[in-house]
Amino acid sequence: MSTRHILLGLLATGPSHGYDLKRRHDERFPQARPLAYGQVYTTLQRLVRDGLAEVDGTDTDGGPERTLYRRTADGTRELARWAGEIAPPAPFVTNEIFAKVVVSILSGGDPAAYLRAQRTAHMERMRELTAVKTGPGADLTTVLSADYALNHLDADLRWMTTTAARLTTLTAEVDSA
Amino acid sequence: MSNPEPLLAARDLTKAHGRTEALRGASVELHAGEILAVTGASGSGKSTLLHCLAGIVRPDGGSVSYGGERVDRLPERRLSELRRTEFGVVFQFGQLIPELTALDNVALPLMLGGAGRREARDRAGEWLERFGVRGQGELRPGEMSGGQAQRASLARALVTGPRVVFADEPTGALDSLAGEQAMTALVHTAREAGTSVLLITHDAQVAAYADREIRLSDGVVVPVGVTA
Repeated sequence: MSTRHILLGLLATGPSHGYDLKRRHDERFPQARPLAYGQVYTTLQRLVRDGLAEVDGTDTDGGPERTLYRRTADGTRELARWAGEIAPPAPFVTNEIFAKVVVSILSGGDPAAYLRAQRTAHMERMRELTAVKTGPGADLTTVLSADYALNHLDADLRWMTTTAARLTTLTAEVDSA
Repeated sequence: MSNPEPLLAARDLTKAHGRTEALRGASVELHAGEILAVTGASGSGKSTLLHCLAGIVRPDGGSVSYGGERVDRLPERRLSELRRTEFGVVFQFGQLIPELTALDNVALPLMLGGAGRREARDRAGEWLERFGVRGQGELRPGEMSGGQAQRASLARALVTGPRVVFADEPTGALDSLAGEQAMTALVHTAREAGTSVLLITHDAQVAAYADREIRLSDGVVVPVGVTA
C-alpha cells in the first residue's frame, strides 16, 4: 500500500494538515491499519522533498499551530499515473498456513487439528467483520471494506477445506519426497 | 451460551436413506435467541439433520427434544401443529406457491392458523415491509427477482412468530448481493423478535452471520478446533 499516494489523494480535496489527513485516512479505510502520526508527517516531508506537495501556510484554529500542505501540479500528475497503474498480481504468495501444514507433516504433528483450529480463528474474525458491516449506521465504505477482508478470509477457508480433505495424499507425498 | 437449557436439542441422531447413512450419531443444541450455523460438505447430513430437528422426518435413532417435548415421538397431528405455530421453515428455492401473490403467500400461514383474510393480509404486508419487499406484494413469485422472492419466503417463515426458524441454504440460489440483503434482513428480524435460527449453509460468509457454527462430516459433528 502506498501511503504517499493515498495522502496525495486525500489532499485532492484541498489543503490539509497531518492530523486531519490521519483522521480522514482512518475514516475512509476503516478496516486498514490506522496510520501512525509519525508516518504521516514523515511521508508529507518526503512529498515536499520530491516536489509532489508544498507547504500552504499554517493553521491555528484555536489550538497549536499546524502546517498545512497542498498538492503541486507534479503531485496531481503522479497521482493520476499511480491510480491508473495496474497492481500486478503477486508472483509469490506467502502462505503461512500452507507452510505450517507442510512443516507439521514433516515433524510428525497433527495438521488436521491445526487446520480445524485455524478455521475456528478465521470464522471468529469473519463473525466480527460481519457484525461490523451489519451494525447500525454502517456506511457503504465500512461495508465494502469489511467485504474485502471477508472475501479474502473466505478464500483461505475454502483452500483449508480442500487441503483438509486431501491431507492423506499430501502426507504421503511430503513423506516420500 | 450462558443459558444451560437448550430450546431444541438432538442427541445421537441416526437416519438412513436406503443404504446411505445420512446421520451417524449427530448431537446439536440450539438455545433461545441463538443463530446457529450448520456447515459441512455436500452429503454430510446437514439437510437431514434439519429435517429431523424440524419434525419433517423422524430419525431412526436418538432423540429430538423441543421445550420438554420429544419431537421424534409426537403424533403427526401435534407435529403438524408444532410446525405451523412454533417453527418456520425456509428452503433454498423459497417454495412460494406460484399462483398466489407474495402478499397472499405470506398471509397463508396466518389464515391456516385461523386469522381472517383482511387481518392476515395486513400482517403479511407488515412482514413484507420488514424484509423490504412490500412494493412487490401484489406480484406472483415468477414476476419477482430471486432475491425478492426469497425475502418474501423469509417473511412467510417468520409471520406466525415462530420460536425457531429452520433455513436450508436460504441464499444458495442468490447472487452475493441479494444473498447479503436476505441474510441481513433475516438476522435483524430474528434478533429483534428473539427467534432462534438454525441455518444450514456450505458458505462460510453466510455462516459468519451466526453466533456459532457446528460442522458436520459424514453424519457426525466434527469437534470444533481450539485456538491456541
